[in-house]
Amino acid sequence: MDLLSLAVKSIFIENLALSFFFGMCTFLAVSKKIETAFGLGCAVFVVLAITVPINNLIYQNLLQEGALAWAGLPNVDLSFLGLISYIGVIAALVQILEMFLDRFVPALYSALGIFLPLITVNCAILGASLFMVERDYTFTESVVYGAGSGVGWALAICALAGIREKLKYSDVPDGLEGLGITFITVGLMALGFLAFSGIQL
Amino acid sequence: MSSEAKKALFEPLVANNPIALQILGICSALAVTTQLSVALIMCLALTSVTAFSNLSISLVRNHVPSSIRIIVQMTIIASLVIVVDQILKAFAYEVSKQLAVFVGLIITNCIVMGRAEAYAMKNGPWNSFLDGIGNGLGYSVILIIVGTVRELLGSGSLLGYQILSPVSEGGWYVPNGLMLLAPSAFIIIGLTIWAIRSFYPEQVEKPDFEMQNAHNTSAHGSTGGAH
Repeated sequence: MDLLSLAVKSIFIENLALSFFFGMCTFLAVSKKIETAFGLGCAVFVVLAITVPINNLIYQNLLQEGALAWAGLPNVDLSFLGLISYIGVIAALVQILEMFLDRFVPALYSALGIFLPLITVNCAILGASLFMVERDYTFTESVVYGAGSGVGWALAICALAGIREKLKYSDVPDGLEGLGITFITVGLMALGFLAFSGIQL
Repeated sequence: MSSEAKKALFEPLVANNPIALQILGICSALAVTTQLSVALIMCLALTSVTAFSNLSISLVRNHVPSSIRIIVQMTIIASLVIVVDQILKAFAYEVSKQLAVFVGLIITNCIVMGRAEAYAMKNGPWNSFLDGIGNGLGYSVILIIVGTVRELLGSGSLLGYQILSPVSEGGWYVPNGLMLLAPSAFIIIGLTIWAIRSFYPEQVEKPDFEMQNAHNTSAHGSTGGAH
């Protein structure tokens, strides 16, 4: 039950894109068409669902204070190396995933195209890992949290792409055209997602 | 100061603002702006990381093969961010608690990577350093605008000093709680972009889809071709 509540929380209530603004650069840049937005959403979901649990294992077994007890070093605290290890894991994993898809699932590889390498610098991935560390999730919780956040992010970008596809037919004031009106649209979407806050399971 | 250096330092402030024009580094710009003081610390952190990462990447730019440049840049940036993070934890613990994960997220802030890739890989160390400071300040301008509006309207204070006396303490101002929530930041940045583009009309984006002018014939003569 706790896990279900965590999943709902990470998808709707604490949506990475709309309440923490993670991955905004790609969120705004790649949301002109639903198809590309969906492709990117899937890629982010896969990477999040894999990297968050892996970073959880690294944190619990190597970096945390006292985590190196199994190697005979009970007093070592390596948590300051966290940032560089997480980003290393993310960069390496994205690279491996790219090679794996290229070799075994070429259809999906060509569908995702340029978005795969871009994911390395998507704040949503690193942000989710940092939240996982800050909130002290266990391994199972980190799996649910990673997957849930990925679904939430994908949902948000598809919804925004849908709105923008309709929005291009409307007559927007000159200075607001493009980026400006997109920001305001996202603001209104975030307002909508606020309605989920306070839901308890 | 040479004209090139001046351009690197001052152009990103308004005319080529990293947030408003290049759509870089928005993530953290929105999340840490509920209080002006926190936003200022964030600006300082990002400006120093951008400046020093530009400087060091520019110094090693001729020795790095282009196939591994991204990972080299990433390592330099991540190390600088760790230094900033540790300094904040040592000397400003309260603020570092409030900034939480957002200091770490400077690593994936597109401004740092973007400037390293676009400017520092092609220019000398001194100009790259100035470019880093300039872009950091451009980011700071937007953060300070958003932070000021949100703190002033959301809690009636600036930098913690009460400016508008709130109703709860017998004053007249009813704090607008929405300003402290996520959506207001988007709307304020949207309006800021509108203001900047009204002063620099050349930044206005072309709409993807043009309306047919068939019914506007009275204003422009009979140019509409729909008949």
